[in-house]
Amino acid sequence: MPRISLTVNGKPVAHEVEARTLLVQYLRETLKLTGTHVGCDTSQCGACVVHVDGRAVKSCTMLAVQADGARVTTIEGLAPAGKLHPMQQAFHENHGLQCGFCTPGMVMASVALVQGNPDPTDAQVRHGLEGNLCRCTGYQNIVKAVLAGAKAMRT
Amino acid sequence: MHDFNYLRPKSLADAVAAFKNAGDGRYLAGGQTMIPVMKQRLASPSDVIDLSQVPELKGIAVNGGIVAIGAMTSHAEVAASKDVQAAIPALADLASGIGDPHVRNRGTIGGSIANNDPAADYPAAVVGLNATVVTDRRRIAAADFFTGMFGTALEEGELVTRVEFPTPEAAAYEKFLHPASRFALVGVFVARTKSGVRAAVTGAGPCVFRETVLEQALTRTFAANAVKNIDIDASNLNSDIHGSAEYRAHLVGVLAARAVAKAR
Ligand SMILES: Cc1cc2nc3c(=O)[nH]c(=O)nc-3n(C[C@H](O)[C@H](O)[C@H](O)COP(=O)(O)OP(=O)(O)OC[C@H]3O[C@@H](n4cnc5c(N)ncnc54)[C@H](O)[C@@H]3O)c2cc1C
Ligand code: FES
Ligand code: FES
Repeated sequence: MPRISLTVNGKPVAHEVEARTLLVQYLRETLKLTGTHVGCDTSQCGACVVHVDGRAVKSCTMLAVQADGARVTTIEGLAPAGKLHPMQQAFHENHGLQCGFCTPGMVMASVALVQGNPDPTDAQVRHGLEGNLCRCTGYQNIVKAVLAGAKAMRT
Repeated sequence: MHDFNYLRPKSLADAVAAFKNAGDGRYLAGGQTMIPVMKQRLASPSDVIDLSQVPELKGIAVNGGIVAIGAMTSHAEVAASKDVQAAIPALADLASGIGDPHVRNRGTIGGSIANNDPAADYPAAVVGLNATVVTDRRRIAAADFFTGMFGTALEEGELVTRVEFPTPEAAAYEKFLHPASRFALVGVFVARTKSGVRAAVTGAGPCVFRETVLEQALTRTFAANAVKNIDIDASNLNSDIHGSAEYRAHLVGVLAARAVAKAR
């Protein structure tokens, strides 16, 4: 079996994995980082979004072996334990979630979006979240949360 | 997904050799089509050859009126490239509208054209700009590359290395989004080039095609009004739950007019 070594949330990890292991399976089942969700497993919903070398990717559509040598950040690694990242705080304050299933992916997508564009417009937020589906909120408060989170990340 | 041997060659020669030595090899680029297809067991290759470490497939170069894009260049890189934005803004614009940000971060131009999905965006630019597809063994003209639904001129194991786009005088791409997948329900790429006007249509038929009715009208006048209410033959177009052939034919004219209006 191929052996992979990578950095996850700042910590070096190494394992033997079957080549067919998805990155999301590796994160959830091997590393027990279950904050990253699987909503569809068909590359549509974005619940599984994590950052690989600083870029948002769908971890259900990437093999763990493709992440060999990479730096991966999951929702667990966004803020120190017990603290919330400004984007998480903004989702909390703006009712950017209801059931919360899509939220890890939404937050990871939003952080990547704001890192690339610190002061996005409403339309840019909507375009930037096209890869993330939410069955509950109707998106209105998610967009509000991302705009508030962007503002908090600027200051 | 069935398990497979995973190979990560470090040169073009090694990648092609890995394919030759494999029982049932498949190249892996961004995986945004391949991984879903393997999950569904529509493909179960014995060997997966990851192209991510092959240096010959990387980079964007603008030289003498040609924009050459390495096969492994992601949609996000093309969209963000200052060189592409300056030389062929329509191409950067097209790349910025593929799928969603996460798909654009992984998906590549080589994978997109090798896959030739009937609703994919890049084939419209390759045909619309009369690009040349360069492989490990030859150069293939756009007109010969896309051969039918999911079909290309690529031989067994032939590897796309880059795509060379001649710079047009003006060009633009407009697509009508499939509301769920963001693929093109219909997409039209128009280009005014030194050798004439070209108009390529994707999404509407089984495979990207040049629409001569549009090209003739736009050769007479390169203006939105020339194509807005144009009659497009619907007889070879797709009909499905998302739109009838007649609906798609109508969209071809509407999108062509929008593209011409924003062409630069
Ligand atoms: C949710 C979602 C939405 C999408 N929306 C759009 C959209 O709106 N428009 C659009 O155009 N596309 C869309 N796509 C498809 C996306 O652009 C894919 O990235 C693309 O079709 C395949 O590129 P890839 O790099 O991921 O290739 P892979 O999936 O890795 O490979 C695809 C095929 O090409 C072969 N291949 C790859 N590279 C080469 C090469 N250099 N030479 C020879 N063969 C090669 C592989 O063997 C495989 O058969 C979407 C995909 C998803 C998951
Ligand atoms: S679980 Fe990855 S996109 Fe839905
Ligand atoms: S909050 Fe329930 S899916 Fe988004």
